[in-house]
Amino acid sequence: MAGAGDGDDEVQWCFSQVKGAFDDDIAEADIISTVEFSHSGELLATGDKGGRVVIFQQDPESKSQPLCRGQYNVYSTFQSHEPEFDYLKSLEIEEKINKIRWLPQKNAAQFLLSTNDKTIKLWKISERDKRPEGYNLKEDDGRYRDPSSVTALRVPVFQPMDLMVEASPRRVFANAHTYHINSISVNSDNETYLSADDLRINLWHLEITDRSFNIVDIKPANMEELTEVITAAEFHPHQCNTFVYSSSKGTIRLCDMRASALCDQHSKLFEEQEDPSRRSFFSEIISSISDVKFSHSGRYMMTRDYLSVKIWDLNMESRPVETYQVHEYLRSKLCSLYENDCILMRCVHEYLRSKLCSLYENDCIFDKFECCWSGDDSVVMTGSYNNFFRMFERGGRQDVTLEASREVSQPLMVLKPRRVCAGGKRRKDEVGVDSLDFSRKILHTTWHPHDNIIAVATTNNLYIFQDKC
Amino acid sequence: MNLNEEAKRIMAISISKLYSSRTQRGGLRLHRSLLLSLVMRSARDIYHSVQVLNETAEQQHTVPCEPQETVIEEPMDTSTDQTVPDVSIESTETDPTTDEEADIKPPKAEDGEWDKENRDWAQCDRHSRKRRGKAAAEPEFLPSKKARMDTEDDRRVGVLRSSNGNCCRSVEILTQISVPSAIEAF
Repeated sequence: MAGAGDGDDEVQWCFSQVKGAFDDDIAEADIISTVEFSHSGELLATGDKGGRVVIFQQDPESKSQPLCRGQYNVYSTFQSHEPEFDYLKSLEIEEKINKIRWLPQKNAAQFLLSTNDKTIKLWKISERDKRPEGYNLKEDDGRYRDPSSVTALRVPVFQPMDLMVEASPRRVFANAHTYHINSISVNSDNETYLSADDLRINLWHLEITDRSFNIVDIKPANMEELTEVITAAEFHPHQCNTFVYSSSKGTIRLCDMRASALCDQHSKLFEEQEDPSRRSFFSEIISSISDVKFSHSGRYMMTRDYLSVKIWDLNMESRPVETYQVHEYLRSKLCSLYENDCILMRCVHEYLRSKLCSLYENDCIFDKFECCWSGDDSVVMTGSYNNFFRMFERGGRQDVTLEASREVSQPLMVLKPRRVCAGGKRRKDEVGVDSLDFSRKILHTTWHPHDNIIAVATTNNLYIFQDKC
Repeated sequence: MNLNEEAKRIMAISISKLYSSRTQRGGLRLHRSLLLSLVMRSARDIYHSVQVLNETAEQQHTVPCEPQETVIEEPMDTSTDQTVPDVSIESTETDPTTDEEADIKPPKAEDGEWDKENRDWAQCDRHSRKRRGKAAAEPEFLPSKKARMDTEDDRRVGVLRSSNGNCCRSVEILTQISVPSAIEAF
């Protein structure tokens, strides 16, 4: 299927690299929690549960390399967040990095925002490849010279040194969120950004850390009346006054900051009417949106709920223009005690006992999958279980299931499409629904902004695939 | 009945998830707690509806009893103003003491004192939002509390703690829990 570049030729995805150890015993701190390409695609950042950020840099292209694109190698590693303790509420604040967002590059240094549950930090990543040498009052190693031994003056000069990449925290945006931060999004004005938690969205200026504006507040006066929470938020890629936020009820609200200071009243409400024949016991959970992303063009947005990916046209609120089923075969594994109109009359189903809420019991139903657009918005991608990930070509033309696995980790190995057998007779290469490994899941994926390179995070490994060139 | 037991099982799973999320690093997650409480509420509604259906079916085969009993057979705690999903059979609010007497399936692991504790609690929940005496509401197996400031949030946490004290109990008592109070922990 096509990504950036060729429109007609089918893209074949090949393995490029894998980062991280292949241990059977995975340390919890190594679990990758977010992945993001920079705006140029030259840098790739990952955040993990241990609060660390690892940045990979793409090597310059070289004809001698087997793959026509440069490889990604470690550029910088730093500890972004540490575990903290909220003494007032007797709560531990996890250091897990929930999101990383890059700022567009303005000078030689790179900037990114990283956030945990409560605090956002702006990091400056800069290179140092020269150092001053030839001071008069101190030696090159820093020791001070005896002033009486100085007989002549010299001008210190910069000498080349081994490249050193430094990451320094330039801003810390703290104490603005009562609930857990789930999203950050940099505005197209390059001056402001938003941060969203379960009930509120705040607007920050990148230079100002001691205050933020609250622009959305859905906390009810009486918490007993709480029916939905904010699950994701993002600024429009071009209109600096527009942002969207998704909810646990499956709705997306588009807000215009020009309309009022507090954007509790939405400008547009995107909601698809639920098909009553599909209503099941867990309908409310699986309709919760886990991610929302604008297309690069700004005309469309994509939402991810538990079973599907939906493409919405910003000009049409009533229903999505395209819906793709990611793993519809899982629907039968949800507990369906609940039929639509007559909850009791058709109640006894023998299969219930065997398939009883396995996904609810093992917590998989709460997994928050992310989704992403290709650089030219022609393909969308999202993750699934068994280390499968899915790509859907716009217009419903084609879709494919691929796997990130140790077996396909030789350079240039082409990924073979995988198939899941939902029921009936299983063909040779198919995987049965009941043999899917639900502990191996791909929640975080990202697509290079200009090229057919994708980064896919399994539990603790980062796979980089690219199209065959 | 299959459906009944499945509903009970889902409620028990939900309660145990809510309880274990208290000890998770990072504290209670509002989104997750909300979803769990939605599932629990649906399971509770199904459980009650099945109960009512069973009893209606039984009634058709038995000699009609005193009128009082038909009222008692529909226990449902509707003390909150939550919109209860429409069910095909109307349920009525009843006095909790009569609930206690007329339970067709008495709670399994009970002793009289424990029932009384939960009955008193249900009454309190109905009429007052005062913080309950913690010593009365908390069973022994819960971890000792950490010091907390007396904020609005803490009162809600107190409510959650009380409701989670029932996590291992039979569903008949669980159904008297006001489900939204699980969210009040925030």
